[in-house]
Amino acid sequence: MSQSYNRGRVEDFGRWREFSAGMWAWIFHKFTGWVLIGYLFTHIAVLSSSIQGPEAYNTTLQGLESLFVVRILEIGLLAVAVFHILNGIRLLMVDLGVGLEAQDKSFYASMVLTGIIVVASVPTFLSEVGV
Amino acid sequence: MAERYSSFEPASTRWVLQRVTAAFLVVVLAFHFFLLHFVHHAYEIEFAGTQARMENIGYFATMVAFLVTGTFHGVNGVYNALINQGLGGTQKRVVKWVLVVASVGLVAQGVRVAVTMAGF
Repeated sequence: MSQSYNRGRVEDFGRWREFSAGMWAWIFHKFTGWVLIGYLFTHIAVLSSSIQGPEAYNTTLQGLESLFVVRILEIGLLAVAVFHILNGIRLLMVDLGVGLEAQDKSFYASMVLTGIIVVASVPTFLSEVGV
Repeated sequence: MAERYSSFEPASTRWVLQRVTAAFLVVVLAFHFFLLHFVHHAYEIEFAGTQARMENIGYFATMVAFLVTGTFHGVNGVYNALINQGLGGTQKRVVKWVLVVASVGLVAQGVRVAVTMAGF
């Protein structure tokens, strides 16, 4: 049977040193969610160059991909997306009551797995880039 | 410890829709990222290849569903996060309609882009 602890409100960010794993998961999920919805608007704006024709589309995408900073931002996007997916699966499991007693461990696992996937993807994201 | 933190009122319609769209997005976002960064590298993307993929009606429908569910999930998440932070009254109504208009605009523009890419 689960126990309940009074840990205070997660919205009181000033006491972040006292936060538990679940509170950090809540904050990271919010942060990555804000980044992803912000990116979705940017993504559609960039892809809208296709409306001006194939040449505009190719020039826009290849121009962006030739920038080193864009590749770094893409790695950041991957990190954000992978964490949001893995923690999202964790949240779906928690909502279904699966593995509730290990929700802190599954948060740490999400962090570690995100780190491994991102580090392993760096060569792919930095290939053929102009600096 | 068996504690959960959520910005949603459990079992509300928005809470359920957030979970249903999440289950779809977990799969499609992973697929989208894998296909366009690992199978095809992003720097190799050209209109011809994009059109070849989008001409496939199954792929086209999946991408439009991805756009609609992604927009809903993201905007619904933002709305609930703001409510969770204490948004209420007139501000809540204004934010709600700004987000609704932004969502409709994003989906409309995204579908326009998808149709252009597919050449329909």
